[in-house]
Amino acid sequence: MAIFQAIQDAAAQGIIWDVMALGLYITFKILNFADLTVDGSFATGGVVSAILITKGMDPFLSLLISLAAGMICGFITGFLHTKLEIPEILAGILTMLALYSINVRILGQPNMALLGVSTVLTSVSSIFPALSLKAVSALIGLIATILVITFLYWFFGTEIGCSIRATGNNEYMVRALGVNTDKTKILALTLSNGLVALSGGMVAQTQGYADVGMGIGTIMIGLASIIIGEVIMGKRFSFAYKLASVVFGSIIYRCIIALVLQLGLDSKDLKLLTSIIVAAALSVSVIKKKFNSKRSNHAPTTNKGGEAVD
Amino acid sequence: MIKLENVCKTFNINTINEKKALNNINLSIESGDFITVIGGNGAGKSTLLNLIAGVYPCESGAITLDGSDITTEPEYKRAKFLGRVFQDPMMGTAADMGIEENLAMAFRRGKKRGLHWGISHEERTLYKEKLKTLDLGLETRLSSKVGLLSGGQRQALTLLMATLQRPKLLLLDEHTAALDPKTAKKVLELTDSIVKRDSLTTLMVTHNMKDAIRMGNRLIMMHEGRIILDIKGKDKENLQIKELLDMFESASGNTMDNDRMLLS
Repeated sequence: MAIFQAIQDAAAQGIIWDVMALGLYITFKILNFADLTVDGSFATGGVVSAILITKGMDPFLSLLISLAAGMICGFITGFLHTKLEIPEILAGILTMLALYSINVRILGQPNMALLGVSTVLTSVSSIFPALSLKAVSALIGLIATILVITFLYWFFGTEIGCSIRATGNNEYMVRALGVNTDKTKILALTLSNGLVALSGGMVAQTQGYADVGMGIGTIMIGLASIIIGEVIMGKRFSFAYKLASVVFGSIIYRCIIALVLQLGLDSKDLKLLTSIIVAAALSVSVIKKKFNSKRSNHAPTTNKGGEAVD
Repeated sequence: MIKLENVCKTFNINTINEKKALNNINLSIESGDFITVIGGNGAGKSTLLNLIAGVYPCESGAITLDGSDITTEPEYKRAKFLGRVFQDPMMGTAADMGIEENLAMAFRRGKKRGLHWGISHEERTLYKEKLKTLDLGLETRLSSKVGLLSGGQRQALTLLMATLQRPKLLLLDEHTAALDPKTAKKVLELTDSIVKRDSLTTLMVTHNMKDAIRMGNRLIMMHEGRIILDIKGKDKENLQIKELLDMFESASGNTMDNDRMLLS
């Protein structure tokens, strides 16, 4: 039964963290930009929200401020990359590193327990006293997830959203069609890091503490969620389906972690395990391709490629 | 309409690979001109088109459009009045987006993009009509991903996208060079009919001398970054390949040694 309980906890955690994965999806999948800022902006979201609620701010309002703080982080990376032409990975690392100092400044100490202050968890739980804290946390995550998916679905269907998608697809074309690709990139990074920081704020409030190091490895967790979702749910379907598979991937990822911890893995080895999961999930498609091409050596395919024009 | 004055462009300036791509280009494109551009490899044809489009900045000289200076205007702003089709069929379309989504991006060229829905219902009808004119059966596949189309289909689609909003100048950069001869012919016919139908001002780079002579009302030949021939009107109509080769020889002091141009 311990495993069953652990899986339930994992699912609740996965649904809080999926907002971060959805944010990362914007840069990694839609914009085609490997953004390492998230390791910093996730913690920024956490510490901003933590410090504000200990000062007595409404926990929901503090989440909005976390969102705004994350958006600023993303804007800076976008500015470094587009206006100062710093390569994308480096631009992300620069912001991430700078944020580590800034996060310590914001929090004033390396970590902070949120005991006896009003958090989203305590406020929602006072509305539904019958629910356990885990269930409340899952409920908060679920509501946030639905709101974020609805927003993303709408936004990427608009003219600006389409321009961002097209920028990730073929920037040359997009510029030739009159779109300022610097703007679309900055906008996507801003939005992405805003969501990542929002998730950071929610994680800090639901787990009851904030830590300046809480962002380390965020990008890997996000990538793991996106890729696991894609591998299990497939790539072919609509945008809403793809967003849902990220959520699904995030939950599965947490379940895998819970399972291996139950099987006796040391929690120190979690980051190693996450890296292995991401590497394995990323290599699935390559291995499939190799396997298929080996098979096609024996039986030639009848695939003729694209159709002729006439 | 569009004027280039003393335009120069050098690549890899102050390095061992320094290459003068354009050398004092003066060109005045009049409204309604259909200019074909020919020249050997490295003559500066593509550089000329890219400078007009603003892909990279001029080293010196000025480009004006209807009297206003656009020399320093960025590429995305110049897109307002330019339609472009590239040599590489992959360049002009977004592979992971649908046919209608690509058209919708092109439909908004030069317009402000806001939070309105990316494609409206009326647009879909318009796109269907336009796609029908291509005669490729694409009008029944509006939501298909462009990545599933062949090179010729993508090039035809790019051509449609470039002319969906009437451009002041259509830039065609060897847009049939990557296609097989039969497909190239079809795309070229399509180009001719669209340019004639909308009476578009066009600058078309080609490697094919026959096409350059057959199409358009004006022909310019480039050599080592300079325009060495500019033939228009009656002279252009009566132009023969043999004559063109002789003119090239006397203008450049070289014989034409480009097999690709001679054989095609």
